[in-house]
Amino acid sequence: MRIERDIIYIILGFIVLMVVVPWTAGQLSDQVFFNWPFFFEVAIGGLLSGVMYSLIALGFVLIFKASGVFNFSQGAIVLFAALTLVGLHGLGLPMWLAIVATMGVMFLLAVAIERLVLSKLVNQEPIILFMATIGIAYFLDGFGQTLWGSEVKVLNLGISEAPGFYFDGQILINDFDLFAAGIAAVMVVVLGIFFQYTRIGRALRAVADDHQAALSVGIPLKHIWIIVWTVAGLVGLVAGIMWGSKMGVQFALSLIALKALPVLILGGFTSVPGAIIGGLIIGAGEKLAEVFLAPMIGGGIEEWFAYMLALAFLAFRPQGLFGEKIIERV
Amino acid sequence: MDMYERKIGDVILALDNISLSFGAMKVLDDVSFDVRQGEIRSIIGPNGAGKSSMLNVINGFYHPQQGSITFRGEKRKEMDVHKAAASGIARTFQNIALFKGMSTLDNIMTGRNLKMKCNIFQQAWYWGKAQKEEIEHRQKVEEIIDFLEIQNIRKTPVGRLPYGFQKRVELGRALAAEPEILLLDEPMAGMNVEEKEDMSRFILDINDEFGTTIILIEHDMGVVMDLSDRVVVLDYGRQLADGSPDEVRSNQTVIDAYLGVSH
Repeated sequence: MRIERDIIYIILGFIVLMVVVPWTAGQLSDQVFFNWPFFFEVAIGGLLSGVMYSLIALGFVLIFKASGVFNFSQGAIVLFAALTLVGLHGLGLPMWLAIVATMGVMFLLAVAIERLVLSKLVNQEPIILFMATIGIAYFLDGFGQTLWGSEVKVLNLGISEAPGFYFDGQILINDFDLFAAGIAAVMVVVLGIFFQYTRIGRALRAVADDHQAALSVGIPLKHIWIIVWTVAGLVGLVAGIMWGSKMGVQFALSLIALKALPVLILGGFTSVPGAIIGGLIIGAGEKLAEVFLAPMIGGGIEEWFAYMLALAFLAFRPQGLFGEKIIERV
Repeated sequence: MDMYERKIGDVILALDNISLSFGAMKVLDDVSFDVRQGEIRSIIGPNGAGKSSMLNVINGFYHPQQGSITFRGEKRKEMDVHKAAASGIARTFQNIALFKGMSTLDNIMTGRNLKMKCNIFQQAWYWGKAQKEEIEHRQKVEEIIDFLEIQNIRKTPVGRLPYGFQKRVELGRALAAEPEILLLDEPMAGMNVEEKEDMSRFILDINDEFGTTIILIEHDMGVVMDLSDRVVVLDYGRQLADGSPDEVRSNQTVIDAYLGVSH
């Protein structure tokens, strides 16, 4: 594979920012503590929390790839899925059955969205569909909480958060984060193959490019939309389970989606692996920045660092690391 | 190719008294013609004559207000897009409608869509049945790629291809469905002479080798007269003439319409 020059610049820039700057900061400033094991611990912790961003970003990528629409409601879907799961579990269903039942609910939700909203908007501009997803987002936020209540709920998967893994007696990683990373890896492989090498995957990409042509080769638009939204719902469920068990199932889950935006800009809106790499970069970047850069400029940069990174990135590579380059022959 | 007799069969598609309007605008006005199995049937006429609308009626994008369509002996008021595709009607578009982000190969593979039978769960698993099916259909697609002489652009995203090649890929996608009837909407528009000759050769070969019935819209009269068995002429949605290339060429109404003679 030919490596493009701007990718090399980006990697170099990233290394300078993430390694050289903290190291220099450690040497120059007595407010910054720096040693290598500590550096790696922060970096690995950041990478693993980045995986959690990737899980959310995946849902966006799926719908964008398959319908060319930025789905504003992905955060609300995550919240709705988690609420439904906890609610059904609370009604006395065992966890595995509650998960299966929630999958069923996500499918029904996809059917409802297709019937009531999308089917009326065939051949409309993407901006119209985008507005529709905003409507869906607010509806789901409200409806989920009306149905299941708005208090913070506990979701316990029974995986310990205690450090289960040591390097060198110093660097520690907890079991839960490793579990999340494993899940994300599996999802990327499965979705990647599904999109690239199967008939339905191709049909999904085809619909994103041209509705009419897709119809003319016999791709049924409405089935495709139901499939995409179901898959996005399932990915949302996984993200909801992971985030929900970390911070409790609550309204804030739907805001996490905003953290996925810089991930998408870095990784590219159309790339499944991009969502993962983007998440890793953002996750590691913001943790390293918070620990090593923030003390020098006096305070919390974790909140906005990701967005700054995304902005800088847009200037170099608007299509993201792995996004399809937008080419228009005229 | 005239070494042996081409087989022209019975009527496979008949359009009777088709009228189509959008609001007050009459696009097709009482048009009737039929298409025989294995023939190359052309629709000609000036811009805005309703030629593309006619194709859209045949593959079910448009639903005419009046008239009937008889396809393989079954008479109906209108076609359904999905059913049309499923029963062997494939098409290309006047303004190329390809899946631009996808490779040539993937574009043509979408044409196999209705021939592939694995369900979503088999495909989500992929290994086993779905993979086997994928390989089988890939072979057919490779044959089409060879036939259209586009081997070297197999992996290129079609958005990057020159216009003439995009037209070929679009033809390939339609062929991949192994259609009974192939609708070609201006397959040679914007091409140079050499490209037109290639495309004409492909059309004749498709008709000849696979026995595919072809309905062709084309502006280049030389091409139309050379390729077609029969030609129907439309003007402002009305049918001016219908017959062999020679009959149409010598038809006074047609000559007037094309040359704009005032009466």
